[in-house]
This record gives sequence, C-alpha cells and structure tokens, in this order.
Amino acid sequence: MIDYRLDDDGIATLSWNVADRPMNVMNETSVAAFAAAVEKAIADDAVKGVIVTSSRPEFVVGADLDLVRTVKTAEEAMAMTAPISRLLRKVETCGKPFVAAINGTALGGGYEVALACHRRIAADNPKTQIGLPEVTLGLLPAAGGTQRLPRMIGIKNALPYLLEGRKATVAQALDAGLIDEVVPADQLLARARQWLLSDGPSQVTKPWDAKGFKFPGGSPQAPGPTMIFFGITAGILNKTQGLYPAPEAILACIYDGCQIDIDNGLMIEQRQFAKLAISPATQNMIRTLFYAMGDANRLTDRPKGVAPLKLQKVGVLGAGMMGAGIAHVSAQAGLQVALIDVDQAAAEKGKGYSAKLLDGLVAKGRMAAEARDQTLALIQPTTDFAALADCDLVVEAVFENRAVKADVTRRAEAVMKPDAVFASNTSTLPITGLAEVSARQNRFVGLHFFSPVEKMPLVEVIRGEKTSDETIAHAMDYVKRIRKTPIVVNDCPAFYANRAFGMFPFEAMIMLKEGVNPNLIENAGKMAGMPMPPLALVDEFSVELLYKAMQQNKADLGSAYHERPQDAVLIDMVEKFGRPGRRAGKGFYDYPADGKKTIWAGFTEHYPLAKEQPDVEEVRKRLMYSQSVEAARCIAEGIVSVRDADVGSLLGWGYPPAFGGVIGYIDTVGASAFVAECDRMANAYGPRFAVPDALRAMAAQGRRYHA
Amino acid sequence: MTEAYIYDAVRTPRGKGRASGRLHEVAPVRLAAGLLKELKSRHSLDTSKINDVILGCVEPVHEQAADIGKAAVFAAGYDDAVPGVQLNRFCGSGLEACNFAAALVKSGQADFTIGGGVESMSRVPMFSSGGPWITDPQMTIPNRFVPQGISADLIATRYGFSREDVDSYAVESQRRAKHAWDNGHFKKSVVPVRDINDIVVLDQDEHMRPDTTMQSLGQLEPSFAVQGEKHGFDGVALMRYPELATIDHVHHAGNSSGIVDGASAVLIGTAEAGKAHGMKPRARVVSFGTIGSEPTIMLTGPAPAAEMALKRAGMTAADVDLFECNEAFAAVVLRFMQALNIPHDKVNVNGGAIAMGHPLGATGGMLLGTVIDELERRDQTVGLVTLCVGGGMGSVMVVERV
Repeated sequence: MIDYRLDDDGIATLSWNVADRPMNVMNETSVAAFAAAVEKAIADDAVKGVIVTSSRPEFVVGADLDLVRTVKTAEEAMAMTAPISRLLRKVETCGKPFVAAINGTALGGGYEVALACHRRIAADNPKTQIGLPEVTLGLLPAAGGTQRLPRMIGIKNALPYLLEGRKATVAQALDAGLIDEVVPADQLLARARQWLLSDGPSQVTKPWDAKGFKFPGGSPQAPGPTMIFFGITAGILNKTQGLYPAPEAILACIYDGCQIDIDNGLMIEQRQFAKLAISPATQNMIRTLFYAMGDANRLTDRPKGVAPLKLQKVGVLGAGMMGAGIAHVSAQAGLQVALIDVDQAAAEKGKGYSAKLLDGLVAKGRMAAEARDQTLALIQPTTDFAALADCDLVVEAVFENRAVKADVTRRAEAVMKPDAVFASNTSTLPITGLAEVSARQNRFVGLHFFSPVEKMPLVEVIRGEKTSDETIAHAMDYVKRIRKTPIVVNDCPAFYANRAFGMFPFEAMIMLKEGVNPNLIENAGKMAGMPMPPLALVDEFSVELLYKAMQQNKADLGSAYHERPQDAVLIDMVEKFGRPGRRAGKGFYDYPADGKKTIWAGFTEHYPLAKEQPDVEEVRKRLMYSQSVEAARCIAEGIVSVRDADVGSLLGWGYPPAFGGVIGYIDTVGASAFVAECDRMANAYGPRFAVPDALRAMAAQGRRYHA
Repeated sequence: MTEAYIYDAVRTPRGKGRASGRLHEVAPVRLAAGLLKELKSRHSLDTSKINDVILGCVEPVHEQAADIGKAAVFAAGYDDAVPGVQLNRFCGSGLEACNFAAALVKSGQADFTIGGGVESMSRVPMFSSGGPWITDPQMTIPNRFVPQGISADLIATRYGFSREDVDSYAVESQRRAKHAWDNGHFKKSVVPVRDINDIVVLDQDEHMRPDTTMQSLGQLEPSFAVQGEKHGFDGVALMRYPELATIDHVHHAGNSSGIVDGASAVLIGTAEAGKAHGMKPRARVVSFGTIGSEPTIMLTGPAPAAEMALKRAGMTAADVDLFECNEAFAAVVLRFMQALNIPHDKVNVNGGAIAMGHPLGATGGMLLGTVIDELERRDQTVGLVTLCVGGGMGSVMVVERV
C-alpha cells in the first residue's frame, strides 16, 4: 500500500502503491496504511524529513467514490473524513518537514495530501494533471482543500480550481502557485531530499500557523474578497439554477472557514462535505456520472461470449452532415473510412467537413499538422460501392426515406463481406422495418447518432426484431472505438432518447397554445436545469424538422395515427405562421440581425395569454414530469434499461445530472409523490401524463428504480 | 397612550459625496453634532431633559462606528445625562430613528427624544461594513440576492416604466428642487454646516443639476446593465420573476439618488414636555412602522408600508395631503404612486434625492422636515413619509399638523 524506506540521511520516503486498484486511490485501507507510515515517520527520531511520493505512474488520483456511495448519514460522512483531515493536519504541524514529490497526476485527495506538505515539487511530466475536481461530482475537497488552497494562493486565485474543478498541467500549476517547483523527472527524489535537508527544517511552520499571518489577497471580510463574494453568486446561480449544492457548499467553506483559524476551518469543511455527501443531488451525480457512465463505457451490458469485432475499415453511406460527422469520428479513432455519396463532389465535401474540424484543432495547437494529414488520409471519398468490400461495418446515413435507404442497403450488401455489420443511422424510422430489405437481418442494426456527431457523446444502438446478440456486441464495440457511449435500445418509433426528450419541447408547445406566458415556459425550462429553454431549443434544431417528422409519421401510420396535442402548433408554425426556425430567422423567437432574440410577438394574437397564469413550479413540473413519465413507459415496455435511460438522458439531451437522469428524477421526487402528481396532471392536461402500471406498482410498494 | 409631537426638524445641506464635495472635510460626528447644537440653541433646550438621541447610520464603521449617536451627543456638548444610540435599517434608518424616538415618547418612557441620522458617504463609502445578507453565500444564494440597481430596473420592467418615464420623473425632480430652493421652501430646516471658527462651509444642496433635460439624461448609459447581463444578476432576478423575458436596464446616475454627505435631527416630545419648555408642537405623530417585502425586487416596500400605517391610523391614501417617498431610484416612486393611485402633484413636491441626494442614514429625518415645512407653507394637514429599504423592507411615518 505504502512503500516505506528510510535512508542514511534520515529521509523517509513514503511511496503510494495501491497495488490492488488500477490506480493509486484513497480508500479505507490505503489511508490507514498511509496514516501508519506517517505516524511511524513522525515517531522515529531518526527521521529528519519525509518525502511523500508514488511508486506508480500517477501520484494519487483521489478518493475512492465507493466510500461516498455508501454513506447514509452526516455522522458517517464525518467519521469518514475526520481521520484523513486530522492526519494531514498532523503532517502540517508535526515539526518535521514533509515534501510532496509529485511524479504524476495528483487529483482530489491526492493533491490535498500534497497541499498539507511543506513543499510541492513536481516532475516535469506532460501527463500530469493537478487539481481538485470534486465539484464535478457534486462533492468538495474534504481533506483541507477548501482551506489550504485559498490560504496558499488567495481566494480569488483558488476559486476556479475549487468551484469549477479546473485541472492544471505542471506548468500551469507552477504558474498558479499550486506547486512550488518543477524538476526533470529523474531528479525528482534527489531534489526533494536536498530540499528537506537544506530548507526543510526552517519551513516546518505553515504561514497560517505563524503569528501575523497575512491572508494572500485578503480574508473574506477584506474589501477585495468582499466584492468577490458580493458578485460571484449570480454567476453560480445562473449555472446551477440552485439545483447543484456543491459550488454553494464550497463557497460557504471558503467564506466561513477562511475568516478563522484553520482547525475550525477544517471542521466547517467536513460539516459542509457531510451535508453534500448525503444530498440527493450528489448521490445522483455520483451514481450516473461516475458509475453508470463508467459501466456504459466499459460495455458491461455487452452480450457475453461474443468475440470482439476487429475493426479496420468502416463504410459510411451518405456524406451529408451526419455521414461526414460519422466518417470524421471514425477516422479520428484510426479507422479507414470509405465515404460514399451519389456524386464525387458531395463525397469530397463530406471529407472537407473533417478537414475543417481538424484544421481548427491544428490552429488551436491541439493537433499536429502531420496527425491531421494522417487522419484525413484515412477518409476515402468515393461514389463506388465497391469500396465497401473490405469494410467491417457500414453505416448508412442517407435521407430519412425508406426507398432511398432500401436501395443503398441492397447495393451495399451486394459487395459487403458476409459477416460485416450493416448499421442504419436513422432517427425516425423503426429498424425492424428497414431491415426487411436486408439479406442478413441478423447483422442489421440501428446506430442512432446525435448531431453534431463530433460533439455528441451518445449513440443509441437499436436492436431490430432480428438483430443478433453478436451484432449488438459488435455495434457496441464500434461505438466504444469511436470514443462514444452506447446505450442499447429496443426498436420502437423514435427509439428512446427522442421519444422521452421530445416531451420537453412538446409540452412547451402545448402550454404555449393553452395561453401560458412563453417567458414563464422558457424560464421554467431553464430553472429546471435543462441546458436550453424548450422553445429556443426547437428553434435551434428547427421547427420544420419536427413538423416533417410528424408528417412522415402520419404518412407511415395512415389511419392508425393518433393526433398529438402539439401537432396543431407545429402545423400553425410551419403552414400558417411561416416560422420554420432559427435558420430562417423566424421561429418561436424573432432573430433581429442587430440584437437579442425575442419571443415572437404574434403569439399573443394567435394564442392569447390566459388570464390565470400557472405558477412557475407547475410549468416546470409539466416540462420535467412529461419526460420522466415517457421514459418510465420506455422502461415498462422494455425499450431501454434504467441505467441506460439515465445515461442516455444526460449524454443525449443534456438532462441535468443533479437528478441523475430522467428516471433518477422519479426516484428523487419519490415514486409515490411522482405518481400522485402524474395522476393529477393526467386529469388536468391529458393522458400523456398517465403512468405505466409498473411504476404505479413500484410506488405502491415503496420501491425505487435505483436501489 | 401618550401622544408624540414633533417640535422641530433640521437638516444639513447635502454635499456631494466625494472628495470634491464641500462636506468631505467634515467628520460625520460633527455633521450630526452641528444639528444637535442648533436644536439646543433654537429652543434654549435644557439638554438634560433629552432622554435619548437616536441616529440612523448605514455604514457604522470607522469614524461612523462605535455608537455615533452617543459620539454626537458628546460632540454637541449635551449634558452627560443624555444617552445616544445608533441604529441601522439601511435607507430607512433616519426615519426609523424618528419612529423609535416617537415610540419611546408614545409609550410613556421618554419626555423628549431626538431622532435623525448621519452619513458621510464621501468618507465612509457604501458597502464599507459588508454584512452577511450581501456577501455570505449561504444567504445570498438561497435569498436570490441582487444589487439594488438591478432591483430598481426589475421594478421598472415589471411595472412597465420605460426609460422615458424614469427620465421624465428625474427631470421633474430637478425642476421641483430648484424651484423649492429658489423660493426658500427649505429655509426652516436647512442649517448651514459651520467650521470650528463658525465660518459657513456649506449652506446649499450641492448635488442638484437644475439644467437637466431629457436630452442630457438620454446620453447616460444604463448603470446596471453590466451587473445584470455580464455578472448574471438579471438571471437571478428572473428566477424570482420568471414571467419576464429580460430586465430592462433604465436607471443611471441621472435618475437614481445622488451620493451625498449629510445629517438630520428631529425633536420629538410629549405635549407636557413641550409646554414646560415653552415650545409649540408642529405636528403630531399619527402612526408609523416598517414592513418586510420580497427581497429580490427589494424596493417595493413603500406602498405596503404606507398602507399599513394608514390602516393603523384609520385613514386611506386619499386622506394624505402630501407624500414624501424617497427617490432612491425613479422607478421606486413611480411604482409607489401607481400602487396607491396617487397623483404626482402630491408626491415629492419639492423634489427629492434624485436632485438633492440621499445621505443613506440621514434621509428619513430630512424628509420628515421637508413634509412638515411644506404642509405648513400650504396650510395642509396630513403628511406621509416613506422609504424603500434594502433587504426588502419599507419604513413609514404619518404626521398631522396641529
């Protein structure tokens, strides 16, 4: 756990080596071992100074989240943080010099160990990341990070690291004062030893433990920090909408703790941590952002016993925006790509999309010119289907038209290897139907990418009626290869993500038509934590697109089509008002060339404002409950798993992590309260709020989706 | 219950609240002491009969700290028997001091009291004392705190006052203030500030810009657009008022209260105490009080405060002859008039803080003097003074000439 070595100079080296984990993490065992080593070094008179370092490539990457996941009460949380907090305080005040020899990445608790030492020397390692990213998982640094960093570099300078979880390279860390010194990697331990022997003995008292400590930049009541605290909350509230308690708790630690002595400050930090650790938002974030997403990325749901797909070359049919994006991310993952379109110019244009994106990376210094050229060389734009002959997987991304899709499917399969996977990137057409033209329906699968492909991390892997387990596994392999997250979804109209997410803008349109003040709708959407207000969002991806999808759906289903309450708004918008969306400069908003967008004033004429306006809370509920109840229906119908439903909502449509996802929302509200509200809303607004029987039973039995 | 009467109300002229202002050289304790001395000499007061001196002060730190009420008592050379106290109800402090002073008298616990306030904004700037409700994240975040300028712009947006509305209000305030000064309407109350040799330092309000026009105001940039849009306070305001699309930033230095130095003092007492000193009461304190209101919009307190005090007195707004509603921002007064349905010709008839300035802790006492002077000049009866107060409060007093 901790390698302990004492040399002739009286320098003890405590080296982290948590061999039973993939990386050095702080858990119960490793912290206990570290504590024992620290106590031993302090007690041993032969020890003059201590180097804390690591025997592995990284220094220490933080605390094991399993610790937090199991905490149920504030007392338990404090019992968890107190030992390490006290130990590090002992390191700081024991009278022997400690130096952190930061050989590699030091994050979270790892960096807090370094903060407690009397000096931080880092190896000049380009892979090293230094920082306190706890906030990104709804936590705060509870081993002194909120107290030591501001006392060391000032409140203003510490804020981005604490509030945003900013990570620094070694050079940035030196510049910001996070570390004191950088040396070549092979001299790290020698320099640490030298410092302990020469400067160490005179540096064993931290500035904040010395008389007359002057807080760098001033303590919270000094004029500078006062103005920071005066102004900073607006920025935080705009970002969090008050749904994320971690930034608030971190600020509270700094404000309260930095006005007094550090020992009391550390207590305040632990109390704030305890409150966070047991908060629903933090538990939700850890569950979904860390565990569920990690599992999805590790393909834990991949069908068992299927040999991995050996991928060298993929084919992409259609070089429009989606196809070009798919070709781009594939090439970036080192795959050869045959990018096929009807004429050569269109295919070349698709490759040009990649060239433009890569040029951007080169211009920003994030990619070398040679790497760009190598990546681009992987994409072969052509009109010749013969280029698919050696592809391991082909994705079609042609128009959402059955005949066109059927045609390319046949032509592709005519040349493809018999065991190659054929994937359709459709967002609207059920896979089982598309697969009917295929000669090998077991190798036919849906891969639903989101736009823009290079930015959106989610891919829905759609299982058609005859799609084999092997094909699902291989499709997941491909998604992983292009560094995206797959969720497995059973075939149904709109699949999962668009089906559940769609309720958000649809409910907004329904309310608009009812005469709800559009500002109230938009602000409620924002306050719910959604990344964009619903009507503004529809404008961005186009009102017309939804209109066309609805018309397609109508045409497909014929007399079986059930009109939905938002249809009338879509028809009005496109046919009557001539407002197809942002690109036309006219959607739910007006987009003046010289100013800010404003809600179209014409709505007051067509959808007059209701005299009685609902409370913003009711509007928010309608926007959020409608999504969750649709997702619950998807679960009940066996379309998607609970885990994937949550992961998909975060990655697919930016659902707020504070709730853990669209299904986590139901757990957060509580199933029985959720069902009662849905019953009320189904009665008031329509059957779209009716809950599936499985959810009603769950509520009755007091069960949750997540254990 | 004992009645409380106002025997006199005095104020300093208001100096520009910066280094170039004429009162910048005068320490706040001496601004207040000058008025206490004036009351003593005007009425040949036996100061040992004064049971308390209550001064409002919003930034009670540094030279306004450590109970400037008692410090002013010392500096004025009042009898050792006179205690002093400082209170802080933000912008309502000066009136609140008079409310408390009146309450002591009405409850039979004092014969004579002095209320008022002092603020040298040039020497102890705004926000000097900090405080949790504006800086402690555990308060500001759940409370949806926004700075007052944002609140003022929020009032304008919510209640439909355009830039033109607030600017015309400001032009009128300047016109009225100039007219009042030109015609000596303030002469009973304004006591020149004198130096140690009795030489006059300032005898006129210094902040006024009587040449203000719609055109000149039109050139001013909104003061709170950056705070609102760039720092995100508009977003915070919308969390409380989600029915709005944006905040319309209409306020600027020309239609907001001026930053000035000044003090006020109001002598309050029982009928018997006045009679014993041979003084004639100028007005009776009818009712008073303070209310709390929604803190993000913050500055809408005057209307509900006025309604509360009028109800307590068994009156309605129609019974009031003259109103003084502090011109913290133009929209505050416009909203006050709108909410109570009061014509502009009954409100702030001699101008207000937009023209003459708002020395935070002192203003309430100044407005009390202004309204009583004007009631006497017009031979009218009932006056109401109200101020919007930080944190979402409103202070009020209703007086009646006797």
